[in-house]
Amino acid sequence: MTAIADIPEAPRAARRPQIGNPVLRWLRANLFSSIPNGILSVVLLAVLAKGIFSFVQWGLVNAVWLTPANDSSACRAVRGVGACWAIIPEKYRFILFGTYPFDEQWRPALAVLLFIALFYLSTRRALWRRELAYLWIGALALISVLMWGGVFGLSFVSQDRWGGLPVTLILATFGLAFGFPFGILVALGRRSNLPAIRSLSVLYVELIRGVPLVSLLFMASVMFPLFMPNGFNIDKLLRAQVAIILFAGAYLAEVIRGGLQAVPRGQYEAADALGLSYWRKNRLIVLPQAIRHVIPPLVNTFIAFFKDTSLVLIIGIFDLLTTAKTAIIDPAWQQFSVEVYIFIAAIYFAFCFAMSRYSRSLEATSGR
Amino acid sequence: MTSDAPRPPPRRRFFGAFGRRELKGLFWQVLVVGIAVAVIVFLWSNTVTNLSARRITTGFAFLGREAGMPISDSLLAYNPRDSYLWAFAVGIANTLRVAVIGIVLATILGTVIGISRLSANWLLSRLAAVYVETLRDIPLLLQLLFWYVLMQALPAARAAWRPIEGVFLSNRGLILPAIPIGTPHLWVLGTAVLGLVVFYVIRRRLIAQQMRDGKPRPAWPFAVGLIVVVPSLVSVLLGVSWTIEWPELRGFNFVGGLTLAPEYFALLIALVTYTSAFIAEIVRSGIQSVPRGQWDAANALGLRRSFMLRQIILPQALRVIVPPMTSQYLNLTKNSSLAVAIGYQDVVSIANTTLNQTGQAIEAIALIMAVFLTISLGISFFMNWYNSRIALVER
Repeated sequence: MTAIADIPEAPRAARRPQIGNPVLRWLRANLFSSIPNGILSVVLLAVLAKGIFSFVQWGLVNAVWLTPANDSSACRAVRGVGACWAIIPEKYRFILFGTYPFDEQWRPALAVLLFIALFYLSTRRALWRRELAYLWIGALALISVLMWGGVFGLSFVSQDRWGGLPVTLILATFGLAFGFPFGILVALGRRSNLPAIRSLSVLYVELIRGVPLVSLLFMASVMFPLFMPNGFNIDKLLRAQVAIILFAGAYLAEVIRGGLQAVPRGQYEAADALGLSYWRKNRLIVLPQAIRHVIPPLVNTFIAFFKDTSLVLIIGIFDLLTTAKTAIIDPAWQQFSVEVYIFIAAIYFAFCFAMSRYSRSLEATSGR
Repeated sequence: MTSDAPRPPPRRRFFGAFGRRELKGLFWQVLVVGIAVAVIVFLWSNTVTNLSARRITTGFAFLGREAGMPISDSLLAYNPRDSYLWAFAVGIANTLRVAVIGIVLATILGTVIGISRLSANWLLSRLAAVYVETLRDIPLLLQLLFWYVLMQALPAARAAWRPIEGVFLSNRGLILPAIPIGTPHLWVLGTAVLGLVVFYVIRRRLIAQQMRDGKPRPAWPFAVGLIVVVPSLVSVLLGVSWTIEWPELRGFNFVGGLTLAPEYFALLIALVTYTSAFIAEIVRSGIQSVPRGQWDAANALGLRRSFMLRQIILPQALRVIVPPMTSQYLNLTKNSSLAVAIGYQDVVSIANTTLNQTGQAIEAIALIMAVFLTISLGISFFMNWYNSRIALVER
């Protein structure tokens, strides 16, 4: 293994006298600083070049980009040597929006854009005020209207026809929007000095965190009808959403509890000294400080939910992953699942990477 | 609110009437617990009504009935005529098989990648960074399906790839040469594990003696004796055979060797690569958390590099690494339940089949929860014990 270089305040190689060609100097410092390092670099370069070469061969040179509608013969001709990207233009509407009525698909598309705008606005530090909560309520209400319709001349679309990217975004975002206040209550409960409330909160958090999300989803899809009075039933999507909210609540509660612990004792005492009630103390003094502390881990938790919503595939809800998997059931296109998976992996990656970049920039600036 | 008013403001007179903080606390507790109990009673009574309407008897009596479900890939001997209880045991063994091996491999791979990210070699550290970023930002289930599709696209057994002599990779899975394990082998391994424990105790005593009189006492003769010589003697006495069995192609399938089914192999690869990306970040930040001065001081003492890493850097880095590592291990174990998506029969998948066959939803889910809570608690206890062992001892 090579030497460990990136230790804090490590003396940089750049301190050496600066002579020669800067490119050569860079190569020498970063790739060929010693003989084993040089050998490693050459080997890695060779492997990398071979990997990139075969990917380019498969994904670009030999790939099929477009075929006549519903005709995969061109793709089958290059099977094994080239990618069939033609499946994406063929199936992208289904992958992105599922079985939503074809002519109405501008509505989920607009909903997706609204979600992105909402996420973007939530990252602006200047907007971290109470108004942000109203913005969230407004945006989520607007998205619900767009998706369901039934008012303002929009035709009604029941939620068993929803699918694809909007469903993924709805599950994750509504999970956060409802799980967050719930998580705050549970976190406060866990730090409360009332023993019954504390033990209930601990029990809830540990039970949920101790079991896999898959089993919670099974519970929501199989056991929920048993729990309810005879004849009363709610939609499968909503049941999964409830499971995700309960799941999110437990994890968010632990993150928020970390923030509560970081608020100095003096702040609590000062609030008590002012005679503030429990709720006013938490709302005005403790929580604003606590949440600011934990925004980067909150973003990371959100990334995790966003990825975890894909588990609803197991109980048959049409999120992005399920629509992708369904799109390749079509016998003509069955063999080209890798291309479809790469396509939706790129979508998931784009969302998660943007959020993790943001979380990292927050971590870098929060120390100042 | 004025600062010299000890009385509560008038709008809280309801609580004010109780006067004391304790009474108010009691009120809230009774309220919350009351709501929780009411909800549970409501759900429970509905469930009882619904179950009796569907003629399902609650209770775990069904565990004794014949399971009748096929389990293709299992560690324990199983046939469909066995009971549900045994089917669950097989499922638990399958979960543990993927979780334990996954944890070991993910730790190794994650550590290598985490150290690579700190490498002086620009190319290596960049590649490690790309690995971490890509794998962390794609859902595990998608990666799992992707690996499974790749497994299915592998050539048939007759045209299997042979990366190394004796290793076959085909759509039947990965086939490795193996030593067939029987009861005598377990005796030998048991002796070795026992030897390891005894050696550990002896070593502690030797170190304690060295602390007293300062004379170094080598521990390695004990290690050789207890871990190598004694088990070898047992092996010779029992006449255990350690010949490796090489797999070979007969007809359409392989005979001999160890077969990792495609479902198991895909699940293992997905869990290991995904978790290793998170472990790599933990290892990297752990090593970076050791102050530069510690390296300098160790260098100034003229310590050998391996000694320095083992005795100075690693113990300090581990303090930062172990707690988040525990939660990664727990995540990996819980994520192994995604097996149900590709048809590897872990405990969740078997509980799900049981639930569909018998309608015993509550019992099946309760069993899943019990199994995972037990595994989680087990890992937590072990890691907490380890953590307290390596924690900073302040005098």
